[in-house]
Amino acid sequence: MASNEAYKGYKGEALETLKQFKAMIWCDVEITTDQHKFLGIILPRSETADQYHIVIKLITGYNVGIATKKIKNIKVFGRKEICYKIPKNEFPSDPSKPKVKLFGTGGTIASRLDYRTGAVIPAFSPGDLYGSVPELADICDLETEELYGVFSENMGLEQWKGTAEAIGKEIRKGTKGIVVGHGTDTMHHTAAILSFMVQNSPVPIVMVGSQRSSDRPSSDAALNLIHAVKVAAESDIAEVTVCMFGHTSDDYGLLHRGTRVRKMHSSYRSTFRTIGDVPLAMVDREKITPLRQDYRKRRDDKNVTINTAFEEKVSILYYYPDMKPDLVYSLIDNGYKGIVIAGAGLGHVNKPLFPAIKKAIDSNIAVYMTVQTLWGYVQMYVYDTGRDIMELGVISAANMLPEVALMKLSWALGQTSDLEKVKEIMLSPVVDEITEREPSNGYLVFQGGIPEVDDFIANFRK
Amino acid sequence: MHEFTFKPFDEMTDEDYAALGFKAGLEIHQQLLTEKKLFCHCPAGKYSPEYHSEILRHMRPTLSELGEYDRTALMEFKTKKDIIYRINRESVCTYELDDSPPFLINEQALDIAIEIGLLTNSTIVDEIHIARKQYLDGSIPAGFQRTAIVSVGGFVPYKDRKINLIQMSLEEDSCREFSDVGHKRIYLTDRLGMPLLETVTEPVLRTPNEVAEVNDILRRLVRSTGKVRTGIGSGRQDLNVSIDGGTRIEIKGVPRIPELPLLSYNEAMRQWNLLKLRDELKRRGIDQESFQAKTDDVTKFLKNTQYQPIYNAISEGKLVYCVTLRNFKNILSWKTQTDTFFSKEISDRVRVIACLTTLPNIIHSDYPGETISSSEGKTLRKAIGATDDDTIVLVWGNELDAKTGAQEIIIRAKEATIGVPAETRQALSDGTNGFERILPGPQRMYPDTDLPPKQVSEERLERISAALPKQIWLREKEYRELKIPEYYALTIAYSQFANVFEKVVKELNIKPTFAATVILDYPKRLKKKGFDVSKIKEEHFFNILKAFSEEKIVRDAIIIALEKAIKGEDYEDFFLSKKVDEIKIDEIKKIIEKVKETTEIKNKDKKKEIYLSKIMRSLRGTVEFSQVKQALEQIEL
Ligand SMILES: [Zn+2]
Repeated sequence: MASNEAYKGYKGEALETLKQFKAMIWCDVEITTDQHKFLGIILPRSETADQYHIVIKLITGYNVGIATKKIKNIKVFGRKEICYKIPKNEFPSDPSKPKVKLFGTGGTIASRLDYRTGAVIPAFSPGDLYGSVPELADICDLETEELYGVFSENMGLEQWKGTAEAIGKEIRKGTKGIVVGHGTDTMHHTAAILSFMVQNSPVPIVMVGSQRSSDRPSSDAALNLIHAVKVAAESDIAEVTVCMFGHTSDDYGLLHRGTRVRKMHSSYRSTFRTIGDVPLAMVDREKITPLRQDYRKRRDDKNVTINTAFEEKVSILYYYPDMKPDLVYSLIDNGYKGIVIAGAGLGHVNKPLFPAIKKAIDSNIAVYMTVQTLWGYVQMYVYDTGRDIMELGVISAANMLPEVALMKLSWALGQTSDLEKVKEIMLSPVVDEITEREPSNGYLVFQGGIPEVDDFIANFRK
Repeated sequence: MHEFTFKPFDEMTDEDYAALGFKAGLEIHQQLLTEKKLFCHCPAGKYSPEYHSEILRHMRPTLSELGEYDRTALMEFKTKKDIIYRINRESVCTYELDDSPPFLINEQALDIAIEIGLLTNSTIVDEIHIARKQYLDGSIPAGFQRTAIVSVGGFVPYKDRKINLIQMSLEEDSCREFSDVGHKRIYLTDRLGMPLLETVTEPVLRTPNEVAEVNDILRRLVRSTGKVRTGIGSGRQDLNVSIDGGTRIEIKGVPRIPELPLLSYNEAMRQWNLLKLRDELKRRGIDQESFQAKTDDVTKFLKNTQYQPIYNAISEGKLVYCVTLRNFKNILSWKTQTDTFFSKEISDRVRVIACLTTLPNIIHSDYPGETISSSEGKTLRKAIGATDDDTIVLVWGNELDAKTGAQEIIIRAKEATIGVPAETRQALSDGTNGFERILPGPQRMYPDTDLPPKQVSEERLERISAALPKQIWLREKEYRELKIPEYYALTIAYSQFANVFEKVVKELNIKPTFAATVILDYPKRLKKKGFDVSKIKEEHFFNILKAFSEEKIVRDAIIIALEKAIKGEDYEDFFLSKKVDEIKIDEIKKIIEKVKETTEIKNKDKKKEIYLSKIMRSLRGTVEFSQVKQALEQIEL
């Protein structure tokens, strides 16, 4: 065995102490200090932890760290390597059920724990998944493929392209539904870019993740997965969507259009919300209830358009009062091809930025305006400032969400450097990234404390 | 097995328990007195059944660190409960509902835990690792409790020996169960997340009385710090009991120490009887291998039964299953605890695991009373091929629950062949206990990945050690040596005013019994008069008793000064600058004249009393009551 495996995570003093007493991780030991005798198993140590403690799991199941300088002796009784495994099962294949493909990109659905990083490692094969979410077998004939193993913040062009292509291949093979497991932090970026890269899909493409790690009994992971797989297998909504908890209870999920969805809370289960519109559907274990009818319907063919063009030199500028123009100049100097501004209010920035923006536009950089309020439209014609900004050549992205505009502009600039053509692409909605109208129930951020809102929460679990 | 006859509880001797091989240990849970909760910034100790919203969760078993599903976890999943949490937004935030990761551990709670660890001679852990302990019953919305060992080892003295401790852990408190009916369990969340210290003793207690006495020592110890919560539910204990040949059984959630002895006795009796039952089965040739049972759907034979619960169930479309336990005749009426029989063990399992919570949830042929008619019984036996030596057990419910119920009947009956199955049991008010869940193993513990390990620095240990109060058993010993009444010695030792007591005795030369009276009894008197005695501080006692020792106030004025202190008034303003002088009759006469002018006394009988109190007030504690009384005798009123 490689020595770093035998001492996983230990360094410096702690490593020396282990070696001195011929102890390794997973050894059954008695550690004597000047105060106490500890009986237990030596565990791997997190790599970010210090070098002055050895961690053991006591017989009672608890872990404690023992200061190496207090250790007088380590008696080793034996060693039994512990392997993580989810009860092994074959996924019961049933050809009469719709074939669903689950792609993994690194989010955790079923999982096991990793000591080294303290991280939760996904368990991913259909057998693994069946072991932890057996309900899936009642819904579909599942196949899985692990495309990537990255945290959601590490998703990028390579992963987006690869995922889009893998989806295309699967659709052409005749798969009835696609599920993409994804970390939640940037899921809305991926949902947006997949909405552009994969068009005209005949089947549902559902993104799913979990807000609470799947090692915990109350995790949302299993139910989210059940909901997503159900949508992929049974629904006629042939779009790129995100399927996550609708509220914090284990109750129903919401199906959000990939171009209108955003993560809105750092930790809440029901963090994903459709912005400026209503979601496509509600999903529970029993049924899928559409909330609107204007979605792309499922088809029987295997045709799909995959276009993975992408320009990486596109950035987002989050405007704040007194922003200095050097930020814009820096983008110009670094060869950026596109800038999405998340402007204040109806789409505003301050006057001192104007010359810089002018220079960007003159340098053939595509500059688009979105709103940092997330809800509402860019309406630069209302005030003089806005009119001046329009005058500079900044184009309104209407009610496209800033992150969605970023993804779309990257995709558009990947196809052409002709800014007129880019504009045409940008302003022709593929799938509601720009909508003509905002329904009045498309903006609902309830305010707690107001009697009727508290009443509502009291009567309908939140 | 040797011969042994259980005597009534009161007649059992220490020798009897020794003969049984009785062994018990304790896990004592004590809420710590902190301002905020353990892993979030919600206020601690705000109790209210009032709630503003509810959320619903289901708990599913997950993989533990060591790669196995915990068996409790799997059992709980069989029950498939809707868990409802009632949320009061004043006392619960998104953390307790597991919608936010934890905040860093409450340092105040950690300090208190370390202090108690040091008081029990324990070794404080160098680096604290927070673990997740799975609870699938839903008592914690996350499905796990965050808990960490703070100290290992240590002991408390008891009679002529030491009771060793295994460990102390700091953990978050769980929800309070509100109801549990069928597939729905409701929890109140007000207690959730409060810091709780769990102290675990080795299983070295030899009799039920020792259990109570040692628990009392530990409770008095933690209370003596003045840093733990008191009142209903702030301290609870789990008891584990085994006898020779039996199994370590944990009885959860005993609210009061006086209940421990009877619970211990009944559990010892239960284990003894289950072992005898196993021997009886062995005599009948039934063991793990030869055990035979089967299940049949007997709904159609009972459509016209007169037995109401089954009749109702069938008319609601439910099913009735019949479990045949081969050669089990009379086993289900085998006595296990006081007025409790083996059938209860089975019924409990069916109730908890199959969610058949309406009782009776089973009926069986060993029961002498009226259930289904004897002709129905005969028909059943014939139809399913059961002999008179077999016991038949009926269970009813919707298909899934009835099936789970039937399975559980078989599982529990089969476990009778091994004796005492490992379980967690709950304390019942009559001193017996009932099944709660399968005993969880260490597999349900795994590291909390949300929080980094926490080093306990030497500076921290030094700081806490330096301010460590004297251990209660030392105090008790010293106070007894002061020859104060036993009640005072024990009470003052665990009062938060033990330190000031020692100080006034040593530094001010106040007589110990008098000091104890002032510190223990005066606040009680004031409380009766409606004063908030929690406002009395150490310094109040010290300053007032100091004035008394310097003869700046008289004895009778002490309580008046305390009263002023509670009210937040300047209680020192009537201490005299010089010693209390001889009583001056003239002065008292003057005051009486004044009182006469200002006060009209209607009730002549009370005249004297009223004068007395008026005079006492106006002399503001410079004279003794007895002196005033004497003076009044000499004055014409
Ligand atoms: Zn909180």
